[in-house]
Amino acid sequence: MLKDLFVKKKKYAAIPSEHAKQDVPEGIMTKCPNCKKIMYTKELSKSLMVCMNCDHHFPMSAYERIEGLLDEGTFIEYDKNMISENPLNFPDYLNKVEKDRQKTKLNEAVLTGEGEISGCKLVIAVMDSGFRMGSMGSVVGEKITRAIEKAMELKVPFLIFTASGGARMQEGVLSLMQMAKTSSALKLFSDQGGLIITVMTHPTTGGVSASFASLGDYNFAEPRALIGFAGRRIIEQTIREELPEDFQTSEFLLKHGQLDAVIHRHDLKETLGNVLELHQVGGEVRW
Amino acid sequence: MVGELEFEKPVIELRKKIVELKEFTKTTDVDLTDEIEKLETRLEKLENDIYGNMKPWDRVQIARHPERPTTLDYIEQLFSQFLEVHGDRYFGDDEAIVGGIAKYHGLPVTVIGHQRGKDTKENIRRNFGMPHPEGYRKALRLMKQADKFNRPIICFIDTKGAYPGKAAEERGQSEAIAKNLFEMAGLTVPVVCIVIGEGGSGGALALGVGNHVHMLENSTYSVISPEGAASILWKDASLAKKAAETMRITAPDLKELGVIDEIIPEVKGGAHKDVVAQAQAIDVVLKESLKSLQHLTKEELIQHRYDKFKKMGQFQKIDDFIGIQ
Repeated sequence: MLKDLFVKKKKYAAIPSEHAKQDVPEGIMTKCPNCKKIMYTKELSKSLMVCMNCDHHFPMSAYERIEGLLDEGTFIEYDKNMISENPLNFPDYLNKVEKDRQKTKLNEAVLTGEGEISGCKLVIAVMDSGFRMGSMGSVVGEKITRAIEKAMELKVPFLIFTASGGARMQEGVLSLMQMAKTSSALKLFSDQGGLIITVMTHPTTGGVSASFASLGDYNFAEPRALIGFAGRRIIEQTIREELPEDFQTSEFLLKHGQLDAVIHRHDLKETLGNVLELHQVGGEVRW
Repeated sequence: MVGELEFEKPVIELRKKIVELKEFTKTTDVDLTDEIEKLETRLEKLENDIYGNMKPWDRVQIARHPERPTTLDYIEQLFSQFLEVHGDRYFGDDEAIVGGIAKYHGLPVTVIGHQRGKDTKENIRRNFGMPHPEGYRKALRLMKQADKFNRPIICFIDTKGAYPGKAAEERGQSEAIAKNLFEMAGLTVPVVCIVIGEGGSGGALALGVGNHVHMLENSTYSVISPEGAASILWKDASLAKKAAETMRITAPDLKELGVIDEIIPEVKGGAHKDVVAQAQAIDVVLKESLKSLQHLTKEELIQHRYDKFKKMGQFQKIDDFIGIQ
């Protein structure tokens, strides 16, 4: 056929690439994107998803985080049946949300609930960057706000792990307003004496870093997390100069006075337990 | 005329023609009164057609018009005894935000707003109305002062966004914006915000946690600029026009989404055509707004603001949650 003349025929056999050769059956081994070391996923998971070789902190799913942090069996999840609408009638938006819902087993990019750390009761919210890049739309804003209200009601501390690319574009200005909503709830909670702790994890940027992530009585971060308001590329285009390599990392923020401490994931539970404990006894000790 | 916009060209051309004909009548003996009258009727119809059916992108063009009145223009029209004060007391004075004390119909108030420049020189000084953290911290300082002296706060919103720069990040752009949202929620005085030009994302919202939020008819308020949205969604910033429609950023859109209270009508063709008349239109809404907030107690004002923002957002409930339990 004449048509066949125009179809490029493969003249070579497909040989698996160097990259593919290293791939082991899905899930058993994991390669560190930083030091390229390959290790058993189970071992990595035991190490709280911190590379045993170079200390790289892998992203953690919200459920993994809860499991690794809270006292066993204390977690009660809130609002797990709330899902997004499509306020702008954005093409394909709800399909994408649904796909991530199946993938992460979460209803949205934040998991909220109550539980205990070293016996101290608290309300916790954990964002998951695996769900629409952890972006904040109406559901994320509402779940966080309700969790803060619950902490107010129970008179317990509020702890949030942030991981987000910022506001969710597909919900337009309603996403932007979630910044005001969550920050307002924190203000009311704070005025009643509520303790707010934030732990910024990779990445915490845009509308999330410019609202609740920065509003803790204690703002902590995991090592080498990307934290900032504007994207690196946008800044480079604006100021027309290259930025230092550590720009917008946890360590950069610590150096510039924007963080209370950078805490290794292996030390998180102990540190948070300590902070919670120190805020429990307030005023009741008499010598 | 400077700053003619593409979509209003037919109106401007027709207007030119009418002026020409009038000149012609004056200099010659030919009487064209009838023709001129006909054209004037046509002009009126054309104006109503064009200015009455503006597309989102047309409004974006008006909102960004170089001659669009700025915060200081409205301050001059609406307030008396205005005293501009400067500085955040930590780092410096950011001229992308102006603020001070003034009287509004006899009532002492605090006025704060983003400030663009009118020419290149002023724009450089004011960083094109894109604040650094010290701008937001100055605004917060003035709000706290207003709270202390029980003065209502009026904020004018007009910015492309908070400045995306190295120094801004180093000094805590995120924290500065977040802290404003947080502290505005706790103000015990009435806060009225008016979007007068572009309401660009978090940089706009940092002056936007008000008991009432109004928008000029041709202003915009959005989570990202149309160009930014287009480059992220379709990897092509030139599709900004399409993005402006998809993202729903105009005053009527925001009213429908429940984000703003009132749409302040603009003079035909946009606020830049007549700043005095535009200020009067703002005055009507602003006065009514403050009047309706005056009877609220301090606690009620905080609750009112909280309830307002708590309502924003859309979500649904489902039964088939997955979860781990």
